[in-house]
Amino acid sequence: MTDMYALQIKDLTKTYANGTKALKGISLNVNKGDFFALLGPNGAGKSTTLGIVSSLVNKTSGSVQIMGADLDTQRTQAKMNLGVVPQEFNFNQFEKVFDIIVTQAGYYGISAAVGRERAEKYLKKLGLWEKRSTPARMLSGGMKRRLMIARALVHEPDVLILDEPTAGVDIELRRSMWEFLQEINDQGITIILTTHYLEEAEALCRNIAIIDQGSILVDCPMKELLGQMNQQTIILDVERGLPDSVHLDQFETVKVDDHTLEVVINKDQTINELFNELNKASVSVCSFRNKSNRLEEMFVSMLGKSEDA
Amino acid sequence: MGASANWIAFWTILIKEIRRFGRIWVQTILPPAITMTLYFIVFGNLIGSRVGEMGGFSYMEFIAPGLIMMSVITNAYSNVVSSFFGNKFQHSVEELLVSPIPNWIILLGYSLGGVARGLAVGMVVTVVALFFVDLPLYSVGLIAITIFFTAFLFSLGGFLNALFATTFDDITIVPTFILTPLTYLGGVFYSIQLLPEFWQNVSVLNPILHMVNAFRYGFLGITDINLGFALGMIFVTSVIMFGVCLHLLNKGVGIRQ
Repeated sequence: MTDMYALQIKDLTKTYANGTKALKGISLNVNKGDFFALLGPNGAGKSTTLGIVSSLVNKTSGSVQIMGADLDTQRTQAKMNLGVVPQEFNFNQFEKVFDIIVTQAGYYGISAAVGRERAEKYLKKLGLWEKRSTPARMLSGGMKRRLMIARALVHEPDVLILDEPTAGVDIELRRSMWEFLQEINDQGITIILTTHYLEEAEALCRNIAIIDQGSILVDCPMKELLGQMNQQTIILDVERGLPDSVHLDQFETVKVDDHTLEVVINKDQTINELFNELNKASVSVCSFRNKSNRLEEMFVSMLGKSEDA
Repeated sequence: MGASANWIAFWTILIKEIRRFGRIWVQTILPPAITMTLYFIVFGNLIGSRVGEMGGFSYMEFIAPGLIMMSVITNAYSNVVSSFFGNKFQHSVEELLVSPIPNWIILLGYSLGGVARGLAVGMVVTVVALFFVDLPLYSVGLIAITIFFTAFLFSLGGFLNALFATTFDDITIVPTFILTPLTYLGGVFYSIQLLPEFWQNVSVLNPILHMVNAFRYGFLGITDINLGFALGMIFVTSVIMFGVCLHLLNKGVGIRQ
């Protein structure tokens, strides 16, 4: 079974020197070729988990296998299989873009000649080739993020961890990064992503785990999780001014302003049923959208339950 | 990693370190050349001419090897402490930690980077010295061994300092309050035979005295201390220091949470 997994975490615990229990024995399996989301609020244990997998944090107990190679006993192979794009910029700000990539290749035992070829390949793919001779500190935030992705790919790993890769990146660039990540995932690279942009996780990831207070709350396919949603809120933009009170028999409504109506749709109800009622009430709809991302609603609801428990 | 991959990784770190101090040569190579020129002018030429001979050599000849060694020690140390702490500060040390490079390769790469700067500065200072004095060569082999292992030892010292340092203040404390006094009291400017017996015995506890004397012996063929002990001490301390640094690196002290 181990061979099936790109990442296998078993009973992982981490207690920091100040006594904080960041991880309370989590177990997680990520399939080969998966696009996997690890979500959780700040301080939930995401970065600690990825830090241990990346060898940046010492675990207290448990085990980690990357592409079947144990991080303790087959350290070299495990690390060769992994590329890491951290949340914070962690390259030498004074070095040139090209040198950063070639140096990283050298750390993996890749010759300078091959390192230069791959640096060119990935810098071109990520739109940084023109900046190859620029010191890293001169790059924009988005370019720095892409530089870290190029650096993580230079040894051509099977598994790529991205810790909030699109934080602070504008929408256009974020979309192009999504396309790039989907492209390399299609080529077989397993991607493990953490993000606070939940629409990003919903759009990209096939499987998801939600972590909170050092424990895994959910670990399942994205579709399955979204299928568990009991209700969603739709915002309707209406053509004519709404009356003071809008009553629909089967739906809960909230009038936001004269031209905007919020409607809650339960899991067993359909959009068709809603529109039938809207027609009866002579409400003419121009457009409609979800009030918030579906995953976001689910995420907030799960964390709410976790706190109540 | 295999031997070939290890070699590439080691070479990558070493070249990166050499490129780093080469890129900022105005901060790394030039200052010791100017400082040593001033030492030669003030202590060697102006004051030295009134001091007379020491150990059968002119004062300028006597202090030249010590001044070279002093610059090697300070530069080997400061190269590693500033480079490795800088990497910690910028988090670029994570590039190494996520990679499969064995820790001993990381340690060797950084410490030989420090040796490279120490030797580069040592050569520059030697050239400066030759403008002021004709240095005899008594034993080239002894000069090479002493300077290499001394630079290696102090590079490891710099690495140890960088591991524990959490602020920029922490990387200046050891050079200012320990290294500089030990160097100035390490027989660079005088023979310990000029001291009262009690202070001679105290001076022998200073490891830098042994390094300076062994190095000076390579040029002048005179020494205040036992050469065999000096070389053994430098070598054994280097091995112990390498083991200590490697142990701390394996445990992740100062670099992993």
